[in-house]
Amino acid sequence: MTARNMSLYQQSFESVQRNGTKDPRWFQESRSAGMENFIRQGFPGRKDEEWKFSDFRTLARTEFGLSVEEGLSFSSDEFNQLQFTDLNCPRLVLFNGTLCPELCSLPEVDGVTVKTLTAALHDSPDFLKEHLGQYAAINQNPFTALNSAFCKDGFVVHVNQDTVVESPLYLIHVTTNSSRPIRTHLRNLVVLGESSELTLVEGYLGTGDNITFTNPVTEVVVGANSTVHHYRLQNESRNGYHVSCNEVYQSQDSQYRTLSIDLGSQLARNDFRCVLDGEGSLAGIDGLYLLKERQHLDNYTTLEHRKSHCDSRELFKGVLDEKARGGFRGRIIVHEDAQKTDSKQTNKNLLLSDDSLANTKPQLEIYADDVKCTHGATIGQLDSEAMFYLRSRGIPEVAARNMLIYGFAGEVINRVKIDSLRGQLVKYLKKWLPKDEIIQGVSEG
Amino acid sequence: MLDIKDLHVSIEGKKILQGINLKINDGEIHSIMGPNGSGKSTLAQVLAGRDTYQVTGGEVWFRGKNLLEMDPEERACEGVFMAFQYPIEIPGVSNTYFLKSALNAILASRDKEEVDAADFLQLIREKMELLEMDDELLNRPVNEGFSGGEKKRNEIFQMAVLEPSLAILDETDSGLDIDALKIVAKGVNTLRSKKRAFMIVTHYQRMLDYIVPDYVHVLYQGRIVKSGSKELARSLEDKGYAWLKKSTPQAVVN
Repeated sequence: MTARNMSLYQQSFESVQRNGTKDPRWFQESRSAGMENFIRQGFPGRKDEEWKFSDFRTLARTEFGLSVEEGLSFSSDEFNQLQFTDLNCPRLVLFNGTLCPELCSLPEVDGVTVKTLTAALHDSPDFLKEHLGQYAAINQNPFTALNSAFCKDGFVVHVNQDTVVESPLYLIHVTTNSSRPIRTHLRNLVVLGESSELTLVEGYLGTGDNITFTNPVTEVVVGANSTVHHYRLQNESRNGYHVSCNEVYQSQDSQYRTLSIDLGSQLARNDFRCVLDGEGSLAGIDGLYLLKERQHLDNYTTLEHRKSHCDSRELFKGVLDEKARGGFRGRIIVHEDAQKTDSKQTNKNLLLSDDSLANTKPQLEIYADDVKCTHGATIGQLDSEAMFYLRSRGIPEVAARNMLIYGFAGEVINRVKIDSLRGQLVKYLKKWLPKDEIIQGVSEG
Repeated sequence: MLDIKDLHVSIEGKKILQGINLKINDGEIHSIMGPNGSGKSTLAQVLAGRDTYQVTGGEVWFRGKNLLEMDPEERACEGVFMAFQYPIEIPGVSNTYFLKSALNAILASRDKEEVDAADFLQLIREKMELLEMDDELLNRPVNEGFSGGEKKRNEIFQMAVLEPSLAILDETDSGLDIDALKIVAKGVNTLRSKKRAFMIVTHYQRMLDYIVPDYVHVLYQGRIVKSGSKELARSLEDKGYAWLKKSTPQAVVN
């Protein structure tokens, strides 16, 4: 990063601190600690093993303004023209890091609190202090540090114990077009008490072709015997950068299932870490990425088995066309006490063009002796035998090709349990495919 | 219906078929037999349009059209069907969807109206009964998790739905137990008609007890070395294929 750009980040930080003197003391300190750690680490370079697939040089050089300070406006018409805004469920909408009340629809449900970080800082600072920053480490990921320094708003969800939230909750962040590059650092917190259940969707959507930098950090705490279904949908501007960090802490007998769908951005990087810190817990991390043009995406997952009898399952699938690049790093750590761990990791990539590229890297660190860990990865093109099989039954070449791509991606899409989201993904995929004729009614079967 | 004239086929420079001549008329059942490696499956796959093989000489005419100039899907639309020796698994695509797309593509090529969901369901129920297939297989991805026998039955089921005029069965009987073999044979026999012809490629005589052919051809080293009636299949069973090596001049060279 250039010295000039670092001093811009510093000036911006000083202004944030000046404007935030009314925030709780601990929150101001956490911002300072974040900034210190960001300055110390800087933007990652390609020589750094943890970041070697992604090139952040352009991001580091770009002069971004803080989106919350830009005074941008956003109409509901603009919002409704975006894809994936309506999932027929309660939603909270932020745009450029600020709450957009007229677009929110949040019915009150007993035992559940959904609010913005700003509101939570005001209403329930002690609850925030107990959790915020306890799971996402600022000294290991510069983007988490950057987020901690600049986070101003985000989503805070608290589900009391023995509460089953029936309807999914949709948390949307929209980055709108502006005259200059803007950055947003959202900070989200989701906490579930014992024996509760929640389905939530985080949506990161972008309008236009603006250069944007969205940097969310989401911490999820899953109480004992609780279940979370957590979907992430990223469809930012094709000129955007998206760098997210997702930290999950699980107690005993808990289930955390996430499915991350990446469609947009020119450069995206997602870090997922699940800490299985209670016996009998399960983490399921799935992902789907559809990339073309010069899009680049990296998913870095870490599953940390700390206690015995925990299961983890990972399935990441990518379809890459044109000059797209995709990376997957799947790290599994099995601590000494985590006997009877059962872990399975799969990454499959389908390359549709000669210029597309996929990297995949499993990384297993096993310190217990009675465990079952398997991993598998494939990078390949459409199966010529399968193509011949379909065509020999009368199906034209393009349709056969689309059917195979659909089948490949469908394995993940079919895991989406929210009908409206699954339907919209199928629709998106049909449009995304090289030619969309024929693929109709696939989801029927 | 089908006229194969002096067909030569190679794969990666290796000659597999070396001058096949064969005529199949409407309503006839021809059985192609022969030892492993004689070129039986190559013949089946070349007729279906597999492009890993190079046709180096000869012609194939199907109902007056040059079959070798057509893409696999065009051949299917003209009425050629091959039941695969090793049916392919297609993850994520349901059997129903696959079959409906195939049927509608074929109907569209003949300027016929596509079938709607209700008619299609009725049609496949009928055919499934014929092949004694489990309903549940319909919604499963194509061939995924099917047993060997289920895969072969699924091929014949597809044939029953698509109603081709020339059906090529590539070792459909291999690996089937007697019950599954009887079901497959019943399916084929039900589809026998004056307008439909079959080419049954098989290694074993047993299938021909259930599907009685009009003609039997013995393929050896890429050529048809003997043709005859169904009795020929019987004598093959008695004598095996060993006599070929004694009576064929090339075998001496080998």
